[in-house]
Amino acid sequence: METARFSTIHANSVQYWILLGTLVLGALVGYLAAHHMDVEGHHITGMSNQIVWGFPHVAAVFLIVAASGALNVASISSVFGKVDYKPLARLSALLAIALLVGGLVILVLDLGRPDRLIIAMTVYNFKSIFAWNIFLYVGFIFITAIYLWMMMERKMNRFSKPAGFTAFIWRLILTTGTGSIFGFLVARQAYDAAIMAPLFIIMSFAFGLAVFILVLQASYAWTQRHLGDAILHKLRVLLGVFVASVFYFVLVYHLTNLYATEHHGVERFILVDGGIYTFLFWVVQMLFGCVVPLVLVFIRPFSQSRHMISLAALLVIVGGLAQLYVIIIGGQAYPLVLFPGMEESSSFFDGVVAQYAPSIFEILLGVGGICLSLAIVTVGIAVLEFLPESLSDKALKLESVTP
Amino acid sequence: MRDTLDTTEEISTGRRQFTQGVAALGGLAIAPGVFLYHAAGAKPDDQAVSSQQRWGMLVNTNNCHEECDACVTACNEENGVWSLGRPETDAQWIRKLNVRDRQTGHVTSMPMMCQHCEHPPCVDVCPTRASFRREDGIVLVNKHTCIGCRYCMMACPYKARSFIHEPLQDQLPHSPRGKGCVESCTLCVHKVDQGDNTTACAEACAEEGHEALLFGDLNDPESEISKRLEKYGGTQIRADLGLNTGVRYQGI
Repeated sequence: METARFSTIHANSVQYWILLGTLVLGALVGYLAAHHMDVEGHHITGMSNQIVWGFPHVAAVFLIVAASGALNVASISSVFGKVDYKPLARLSALLAIALLVGGLVILVLDLGRPDRLIIAMTVYNFKSIFAWNIFLYVGFIFITAIYLWMMMERKMNRFSKPAGFTAFIWRLILTTGTGSIFGFLVARQAYDAAIMAPLFIIMSFAFGLAVFILVLQASYAWTQRHLGDAILHKLRVLLGVFVASVFYFVLVYHLTNLYATEHHGVERFILVDGGIYTFLFWVVQMLFGCVVPLVLVFIRPFSQSRHMISLAALLVIVGGLAQLYVIIIGGQAYPLVLFPGMEESSSFFDGVVAQYAPSIFEILLGVGGICLSLAIVTVGIAVLEFLPESLSDKALKLESVTP
Repeated sequence: MRDTLDTTEEISTGRRQFTQGVAALGGLAIAPGVFLYHAAGAKPDDQAVSSQQRWGMLVNTNNCHEECDACVTACNEENGVWSLGRPETDAQWIRKLNVRDRQTGHVTSMPMMCQHCEHPPCVDVCPTRASFRREDGIVLVNKHTCIGCRYCMMACPYKARSFIHEPLQDQLPHSPRGKGCVESCTLCVHKVDQGDNTTACAEACAEEGHEALLFGDLNDPESEISKRLEKYGGTQIRADLGLNTGVRYQGI
């Protein structure tokens, strides 16, 4: 694999500029939506004093979680020595940086005082996992950029393994930090669970790989480069394993909660009578985001079709967004319990399920962040050599496989 | 007299007036800064905040009337927490909470606000240390460093905090508030620092004749609040979290 030839894509086609223009426009519209929210205040959003984190956080956490997962393909080659994946490592690292930047931009623009970012960058409370995450996120971008440099600069190639190992450890800590944002919330019924950290790590594996597969397929199809069956089917099997792992962690999370009487209320809310959250959990997250992708990647004849692999990856992304919507917004919609076993009521919506519907501004901000991530990738592969010229079975010296 | 003034005196008066005018202008220019500094400092001029005090509140729910919200009205007036007609995004520093026992149907009414924990989760999670606990136990938000991330609102077990969802006007000088920041009950820190030894809600409750709210120093064994707590005991809400709240309840 050492001989894989990389090259930039030709950015002189109309289609390329239409794609890039659309993505930049999406990012710009997202920024304008955030600016409008900043000027008017958050009362124009669906967020309230009950649902304090809304759709922007769903999109941002998805991108951040997917970012660390997108780096897995590179880690598999550098850390676990699977040379078949090595040609994919550069794109994997680029995608990781791009997704993280998109997620962070959303988070920052949704702050009540985004103009005070400098305070967040200079004043730290080291007991806050948020403060640690600022280090972890910035560090991730820095370390992954160095890792990329080690991979792309021939003279530095020998350092790519330790750099990849550092990036791999860092990304595990990073996703632990992201999961712990929720795991450390002692008072909320839906959170306060140590399993949040490993759950988020395995979610990152699945979401990141799903995004990687779609970007890989799209970039090869649109640039008329050859993407062989062998490497794609390796990724397909990997995606299936990751999705099954997410299923296992979700199962353990809910079984643990169901065992404890104090959590029956929130479990009933999510699993039985939570309206939109119950629908999102069972239909979008579990059925379309888990069961259907598993069928598509493991059962013939679906598993033999590239379109079905793309569909599976897309469904994992949709299911992942639904999963985070249920965790982040569903977890807040269920009321805080101040007096267990009692009925609470007040003018401040104690004891009642909070209502939330994302406003257009929040959706535009979330989509804008996703557009920014993809725009970075689109520019990246045009200016630097991220993509191998061919990923055909022959070029990769892989045996053709029949799935 | 004016008619008898000679030229020298006229010049002298003119100069004096000019000097006074400049001084007044200068004073006007720096006064808001001095005043704001004083308000933001939120501590008595002659002494530093000390951990010798632990300010707290005792709520006797037996005296709290379900239909009475004098404490809420007084807090809003004192701190300028005006409703903007949007209940879901309006700030509430203190609210009346009704708790009904499903088994017996018994309803207990009580004010709910920041519990001024010794180990406040909001302070733990705040990335910029904007949420902080004073030495005397009062938990506050530094409005200069709050970035509006709302993590403290996620962490607070008491739903005690509000995010300011829109531009505000007519804030009171002793109660700095603004769009994009989080806020909550300050235990009337400005009154505490003036040595009033009470809060607006406790005053209002006493005026109503209910005496359900008692403010005082939990560290002073001679204070009324300490004596009552020693004699009758008091309960912390969500005591299982081990936060050692500064607000204690009786009758729950």
